[in-house]
Amino acid sequence: MTDTLSSWLTTDAPASRRQAVLGNLYRGGTAILRNPTALVGLIIVALLLLAAVFAPLLSTYSPIAQDLPNRLAPPSPAHWFGTDELGRDILARTLFGARVTLTIVALVSIVVAPIGLAVGTVAGYAGGWVDAVLMRITDVFLAFPRLVLALAFAAALGPGIENAVIAISLTAWPAYARIARSETLAIAQSDFIQAAVLQGASTWRILFRHIVPLCLSSVIVRLTLDMAGIILTAAGLGFLGLGAQPPTAEWGAMVSSGRDVILDQWWVATIPGLAIFIVSLGFNLLGDGLRDVFDPKSA
Amino acid sequence: MSASLLTIEDLNVSFPGRSGITHAVRNASFTLGRERLGIVGESGSGKSTTGRALLGLVPRPGIVTAQTMTYAGRNLLACSEREWQELRGRRMSMVMQDPKYSLNPVQTVGHQISETCYLHLRTSREDARRRTIAMLEAVQIRDPELVSQLYPHQLSGGMGQRVMIAMMLIAEPDLLIADEPTSALDVTVQNEVLRILDALVRERGMGLIFISHNLTVVSSFCDRVLIMYGGRIVEECAARDLNNARHPYTRALVAATPSLDVPRAELATVVRDPAWLQ
Amino acid sequence: MAPMIAVEDLSVTFRSAGREFRAVQNVSFDVAPGETFGIVGESGSGKSTILRAIAGLVPSASKRLEVNGRPAALRRSRDDRRMLQFVFQDPYASLHPRQTVDDILREPLEIHHEDNIDKRVTAAIADVGLSPTHRFRYPHQLSGGQRQRVAIARALILSPPILLLDEPTSALDVSVQAEILNLLGKLRQTYSLTSILVSHDLAVVAHLCNRIAIMQFGRLVETITADDLRSGDVTADYTRQLIAASRGFTRASA
Repeated sequence: MTDTLSSWLTTDAPASRRQAVLGNLYRGGTAILRNPTALVGLIIVALLLLAAVFAPLLSTYSPIAQDLPNRLAPPSPAHWFGTDELGRDILARTLFGARVTLTIVALVSIVVAPIGLAVGTVAGYAGGWVDAVLMRITDVFLAFPRLVLALAFAAALGPGIENAVIAISLTAWPAYARIARSETLAIAQSDFIQAAVLQGASTWRILFRHIVPLCLSSVIVRLTLDMAGIILTAAGLGFLGLGAQPPTAEWGAMVSSGRDVILDQWWVATIPGLAIFIVSLGFNLLGDGLRDVFDPKSA
Repeated sequence: MSASLLTIEDLNVSFPGRSGITHAVRNASFTLGRERLGIVGESGSGKSTTGRALLGLVPRPGIVTAQTMTYAGRNLLACSEREWQELRGRRMSMVMQDPKYSLNPVQTVGHQISETCYLHLRTSREDARRRTIAMLEAVQIRDPELVSQLYPHQLSGGMGQRVMIAMMLIAEPDLLIADEPTSALDVTVQNEVLRILDALVRERGMGLIFISHNLTVVSSFCDRVLIMYGGRIVEECAARDLNNARHPYTRALVAATPSLDVPRAELATVVRDPAWLQ
Repeated sequence: MAPMIAVEDLSVTFRSAGREFRAVQNVSFDVAPGETFGIVGESGSGKSTILRAIAGLVPSASKRLEVNGRPAALRRSRDDRRMLQFVFQDPYASLHPRQTVDDILREPLEIHHEDNIDKRVTAAIADVGLSPTHRFRYPHQLSGGQRQRVAIARALILSPPILLLDEPTSALDVSVQAEILNLLGKLRQTYSLTSILVSHDLAVVAHLCNRIAIMQFGRLVETITADDLRSGDVTADYTRQLIAASRGFTRASA
């Protein structure tokens, strides 16, 4: 059964568009799985996803249920990762914290990638003053330090996940615009683009159907590598009290509240800290592996 | 009859890969004296790989095996990398297709040619300079002093190839392998470069292997021709006898080449017989 | 009969960083309907630039540049684009690497809101000698010759009366070149195409073209017929040089 499926996918003569696209994805997928760095990264990210999705099933306690008599309890069979200063189960809070992390990462990604692609491809294809103006706007946003802008937003609009996402997105999109622009510049003069122009394709069609698909792999690689940084920034904001507000479990805030007791009750700050570390590492490895698969020259 | 400079018997080059082994060259056998041998084939025929195997330049993971591979009495199969380095440039040289990619872009042309002198002939700096200028004159570069100070990107295609030839012949090798030396050149420049190569090879009594996909050029320049297909040598004949070639692939190749002298309504196409790959 | 393509005094100049490069200088020629016109020259002769100027891919200046009686401006409407199509030199660069053959052939039909797309794509594939098994392949799964066939199919799928070919076989092996040249010969007959073929190879041009323009350093040296080329009945020295050089190596009169 799997033999015929894999030969269906890897055939040299696909009989329909669906077979061709699936075959392509299969080939890309197996290439990724064959790369050890990418595989480890993928496993870690998959674990993150599973933890987030199945958090209520995996933890026996609620992340916000307080149990003051049991506060600051060390790891034990009852509480695998111990309890924090309000007696809440740290394992449960870590698992639910994965949801917050994933939400931030997902929201930032779906904001910055399209904006970066749009600005970069238009600038690269149009050239001239359009390019100059768009790139100067990009430079302006690049100049803002992420954390400082987030603080400004928190001061102006109040703390919370949404504002943290906006703050991070505003400083992250310029890198994608630059990547998209340099990819566009490389292919704008190619024969296949000229062929599309000669057929009467509108600029919009050329950008969306011809140029963007070719920029996608670089953007995906960059996004994956960036996610580690986004997680750290979100954790940093949480640490400063600007991210998800209590009682929601958020890894950065957990580290912050565990700061005071770190010497005697190390697990309160260390467990969420480890979670941040492992997930950032996972995204980094995945991004590295993806880059090896998609663009071995820039390794 | 000139004694054989190069004897190759049963040369095989294969590249192991994820989807199996690719046999780039299969059971190739030929000899070369102080004459011009052309190797003609289309892409994938194994002609370039053969040339590289003769200089020990087949890239990893390629595996080169042969029953015999001797050059001037020396067994090439037993050569260490050090022994190869002594041979290359000094006893056997290679001129490649595009001087843009085969010359070092950050060194002047004169420096690159002189370097060959120090390495192989162990001359003094002054002597190397003098030889460089003399060699540039020999390849008919009009202002050799000026040109030796130029960088490769400042040279035209034809001039770059002449510099390449100068660099490869300055250590006076007995064998020159030219891999598509004129394919990147305009047709009028091509003939100038070929004339220079012709004169130098004749003067020095060298052996020349001319690898190309261009049947017209090879048949007019070389003495003997080998035709390669699918890694095998399918035909070996004198250049002037190509029109009476025996193997169907050779005949088809000749018939498929458009020619000014023979107008045809339709060009013959090559019907590939799988038997040719046996 | 009015010429299909009329070029009078065409010049193309490229400007960069204050320097000027005159790629094409005052070139004039006409192409009659149904004729295959050849432009031959070495690198830097401007032959490809002329083709791109006619296609509107590069800006140019001319006294007259008309395609099918209408002036060919730099900015062209979608309808104007149906008049002429282009086949590029490098089969590895002229097809979008992430689109299947099917996608590539549908594109012009979708842009012009044609119907019966499926049927026309299958017909185009058969027309250029490809089999239905090639329809959903990506370019990297095709050989150079097959890619060039796809490029030709793409150019002809809108049934343009004019086809411009920029060194269509220079990057191909001799045996593949023969197949493509035969294909072009057959197609121009079937569709009564008017074409301009640019090449550096005299033999290729003589095989397919009726009249041939010889270019050198941006200027038109002379215009001759294919028969003149074969018989050597030419006026310019440069043309004689080219003819002699194309016969292969000769041990020097010089």
